[in-house]
Amino acid sequence: MSRPIIEISGLSKRYALGEFGFSSFREETEKWVRRLSGRTPETTPETAPAEREFWALRDVSFSIQPGEVVGIIGRNGAGKSTLLKILSRITEPTSGEAVLRGRVASLLEVGTGFHPELSGRDNVFLNGAILGMKRPEIAAKLDEIIAFAEIERFIDTPVKRYSSGMYVKLAFAVAAHLEPEILIIDEVLAVGDAQFQRKCIGRMQEIARGHGRTVLFVSHAMTTIRRLCQRCVVLEGGRLRGIYPAEEAIEHYNRDAGASDLDVDTDGLPRAWGSTGEEARLVRIRAGDGRGLFFGEPLKVEFTVRVRSTIDAGMIGIAFNTVEGSRVMTLDSDADGRTLRLHPGLHTVTLSLPALPLSPGRYYCHAAIGQGRHMCDIVDNFALWEVHPGGRNDWESDRAFGGCRLRATVDHHPASA
Amino acid sequence: MSSAPPEIEIRIRARNGWLWLDWRGLIDYRDLLVLLVRRDFVARYKQTILGPAWAMVTPVVTAVVFGFVFGRVLGVATDGIPPSLFYLCGLLGWNYFNQTLNATSNTLRGNYGLFSKVYFPRLVVPLALAVSNLAAAGVQLFTFTAMFVFTVLKNPEFAARPGWGALLLPLLFLHLGLLALGSGLLLSAVTAKYRDFQQVAPFFLNLLLYVTPVIYPISQIPERWRWLAAVNPVAPVIEAFRATLLGTSGVQPGAYALSVAVTLVVLVVGVGFYQRLARDFIDYA
Repeated sequence: MSRPIIEISGLSKRYALGEFGFSSFREETEKWVRRLSGRTPETTPETAPAEREFWALRDVSFSIQPGEVVGIIGRNGAGKSTLLKILSRITEPTSGEAVLRGRVASLLEVGTGFHPELSGRDNVFLNGAILGMKRPEIAAKLDEIIAFAEIERFIDTPVKRYSSGMYVKLAFAVAAHLEPEILIIDEVLAVGDAQFQRKCIGRMQEIARGHGRTVLFVSHAMTTIRRLCQRCVVLEGGRLRGIYPAEEAIEHYNRDAGASDLDVDTDGLPRAWGSTGEEARLVRIRAGDGRGLFFGEPLKVEFTVRVRSTIDAGMIGIAFNTVEGSRVMTLDSDADGRTLRLHPGLHTVTLSLPALPLSPGRYYCHAAIGQGRHMCDIVDNFALWEVHPGGRNDWESDRAFGGCRLRATVDHHPASA
Repeated sequence: MSSAPPEIEIRIRARNGWLWLDWRGLIDYRDLLVLLVRRDFVARYKQTILGPAWAMVTPVVTAVVFGFVFGRVLGVATDGIPPSLFYLCGLLGWNYFNQTLNATSNTLRGNYGLFSKVYFPRLVVPLALAVSNLAAAGVQLFTFTAMFVFTVLKNPEFAARPGWGALLLPLLFLHLGLLALGSGLLLSAVTAKYRDFQQVAPFFLNLLLYVTPVIYPISQIPERWRWLAAVNPVAPVIEAFRATLLGTSGVQPGAYALSVAVTLVVLVVGVGFYQRLARDFIDYA
């Protein structure tokens, strides 16, 4: 075996909890005064460190060989993003060390640094430079990038006139043509329409397999992990659970997936790409009546939304994905063409079904609030909800056919001979 | 495998030093610097009618207003220089300092979105700002030159001529740029943690204008307060602008040397604080 291209040893990251404000300013000043006057700091009970800190990553060690494509999986809060941020040099670890032997490009977002006033062409150069490419490199690949993005006609138009689809395509195209030895990717693959997504994944496979590059890839989508990765790092509560072959890792991940509470505070959860939650934000999502979700029984999902600026043609939706990553059901408030008008303030919107058609199992839930084609807020994977077999007389769900089982209208006539 | 064996080795760990600079990174990302300068410039003047001519309009209007208020109403003497030239010359240096300090003092907060997603040497952004503001200064220098030629043609007795010292002009801009950069980075670092300081830069600059000989020559300051002007590191540089371009004699070598020393200290402290904060400010910004 050759020398590992990535070597991580004892990597830890501690976050201080609480607001930075006057109290912390005073503390810091006091600390300085004490240091200058040579006195040792006294710990007061109310500033006991343990309660005010949080270890996002604790003593994580592993190494990766050149050319490997490795997935990083774990629940929300397992430390994936923190690990990515440290390896991308966006923040520093509290202790431990990571050694990367090669040029690194990290894609935690597509289109970082795009400027709306600049043309597509100028943004390709700017974005490429931000991602660490040299000018001649970008110039050499410009035609390829433009062709990949499928926007030849608009390359000299300022990107502020682009549709959001064109924007992400161009952004992904730049990213897809980076040629570092180590590529670190957050779930940015899900961009554009379905066809473009397939193209993106194809390109990732090409990069990973064909060019002998080392790729670290974070995702919740097990189907993509399965397609791209040979091994996976499984994180849990900031610690390394292990590094396993992809199939085994996915099993671990699914087995450990404890179902979440049916009442989820979504305010503090990380947001998906392209949404900020500025105009409207999903702050709480609640399902059921405290009893759990049952196949064939009424379903009620209540969203609490904080609206900052009036939303005219609004919609709220929730999607259910299987643990393998296939979307099996979506409920949208505008499915019948009626939109919501939401004024600034706090709102609750409820979506109901007379009978929950999802077959028993666990589902990753995603929710969004949008206005027309523009998504104001997207919370991916906000919960893993379990659907239980229906009540006493539920014998139908035992058959477990497919993702959804709906009640069709049945018309029966004896066939005339 | 197509890639050559990588000779690069990046070590990521908690650092304790304050003056760690990614020199190699800065050199590697020089293309980014150029592109950011271009972006700043394009973004500032896109969809404006006057475009870069704005850099010409504002100082001229300011000089006219100053000329009226301080020259006519308050009767501040301008060392025998026509007021419009006097103010334009003072504003040449002051505006560059002012704009660069203002722009760089928001570097960390203003680029949170960028800095939280991708790594590149964080000094590239403020350096680009300092450079892109030079473009406006260039336009202003052109305005000054035009005004100077106009004054000479109109009034042949007007004897002031820029000497060979005018060749030192780039050095004066460099001096102001580094001073603005140092103080801007320092403010940017403090602001990243405590938002209160966001109010400080504009306020401080407003006050500083009055204690800097932009609207009056240093000779107008009473003898016993003159040390104030010597302590203010911007003052000798502004006087030096007038000395090189208009042949005035307000520069005290001692004060200038002190200004250089202060600039270097501010720069080192500013860069140090900035680099320290840039390492993990996204954790609490």
